[in-house]
Amino acid sequence: MATGGALMLQKRIIVCLDVRAGRVTKGVRFRDNVDIGDPVAFAERYYADGADELVLYDITASAEDRGIIIEVVERVAERIFIPFSVGGGIASVEDMRRVLLAGAEKVSVNSRAVNDPRIIDIGAARFGSQAVVLGIDALADPTAPSGYRVVINGGRVTTELDVLAWAREAVERGAGEIVVNSIDADGTRDGYECTLTRLVADAVGVPVVASGGAGRPEHLRQVFRDAHADAALVAGMVHYGDYRVVDIKRELTAAGIPVRPSQRC
Amino acid sequence: MIAIVDYEAGNIRSAALALAHFGAAHIVTADPATVRAADRIVIPGDGEARAAMESLGASGLAEAIVAAAGRGVAILGICIGAQIVLDRSDERDVACLGLIPGRAVKLERRGGIKVPHMGWNTIRTATPHPIMNGIPDDASVYFVHSYVPEPERAGDAVALCTYGRDFSAVIAHRNVVATQFHPEKSGPVGLRMIENFLEWQPGAP
Repeated sequence: MATGGALMLQKRIIVCLDVRAGRVTKGVRFRDNVDIGDPVAFAERYYADGADELVLYDITASAEDRGIIIEVVERVAERIFIPFSVGGGIASVEDMRRVLLAGAEKVSVNSRAVNDPRIIDIGAARFGSQAVVLGIDALADPTAPSGYRVVINGGRVTTELDVLAWAREAVERGAGEIVVNSIDADGTRDGYECTLTRLVADAVGVPVVASGGAGRPEHLRQVFRDAHADAALVAGMVHYGDYRVVDIKRELTAAGIPVRPSQRC
Repeated sequence: MIAIVDYEAGNIRSAALALAHFGAAHIVTADPATVRAADRIVIPGDGEARAAMESLGASGLAEAIVAAAGRGVAILGICIGAQIVLDRSDERDVACLGLIPGRAVKLERRGGIKVPHMGWNTIRTATPHPIMNGIPDDASVYFVHSYVPEPERAGDAVALCTYGRDFSAVIAHRNVVATQFHPEKSGPVGLRMIENFLEWQPGAP
């Protein structure tokens, strides 16, 4: 297995923060005393801990709170110096533009792209493929050609789309990265859906991010080594204080998987 | 005053925030006169070489950058900024600023690598330069690109990265230094390089 940069990039650990009306949700419990609701404090904490990237996922319910995420993005950009993306609630190319201008590196579209795939083409043409991420919520379905069906609206609505076909189409249209989120594994903390991740990772020429199910460092090892993921999303396993990013990286390094070490200069 | 050249390329705010992190007085500007008079210049940006050069040329910014370079002002190019400081880019074959001898060439998709080269990779010093002060070999930095700078002189290759093949990740010539990666998105390592740039006194050409 290649461990250097010749063939393989360092595997990325991406920490996902759910943000509602400008505050981090989910019962995030750190052992020490940080403001447990401020996304900027969390972003700084994970940045210092060696996270390679962050995702701010806007789960704001009401339209009037939508503007708040932009303010959060601006404040996060001032404090952390790694790439981060924003997902959730992106409904137009104008929404994309605002998020990128505020300092995010990438913007992630999901349900909106299913309903109108042209947002991928237009976004990629305007901001570059590297800025456009497609999130896919996938549900195991034996009747789908690849065995997985695309679902939208947080898993509540089933579509006609096959996960693999949709991933390929999105890359054709210009998506620069695919986040594959397993609805079956999400929240279980029993491990990523490796079959699903590998299916997509081996089929597209852009980075694939595994999402849903991370509970222990070995889950990341599995999804990197066996499922060929380029990056892995973590949430609960770090939010609840069970593991720190630096601990996960230590285990991955010991297993021979290249990751960016925590660095001080 | 440090001028951050605003030519409608992305990523301008991130570069500005990295300078602000060190309390460096800076201005994001599309005004050629401001660029011409600046103490230091940062050319940031994602994007595409021909579009970048067309924008810089039409606005008079290209001329202003070259004039400032001529009087020895320290210049930092980032990402697309590391390509357009060269003589030419193969990306839709376009003449560039000519501040560092060489050209930008396409990163070949060979040996199973994915292009664009997007993510964290390591760099190592090839030719000592103040921009690399305190940066250990195999430090990780964040890349997003499909073309790579190819300086004419081996001595202008300051740091190398390996992705499919070796390429120059940091190049420098006289008072111009440029990073193919994004130091403003490369954590503590990248910030150190920004700080090194702010302290760099290249002197008269």
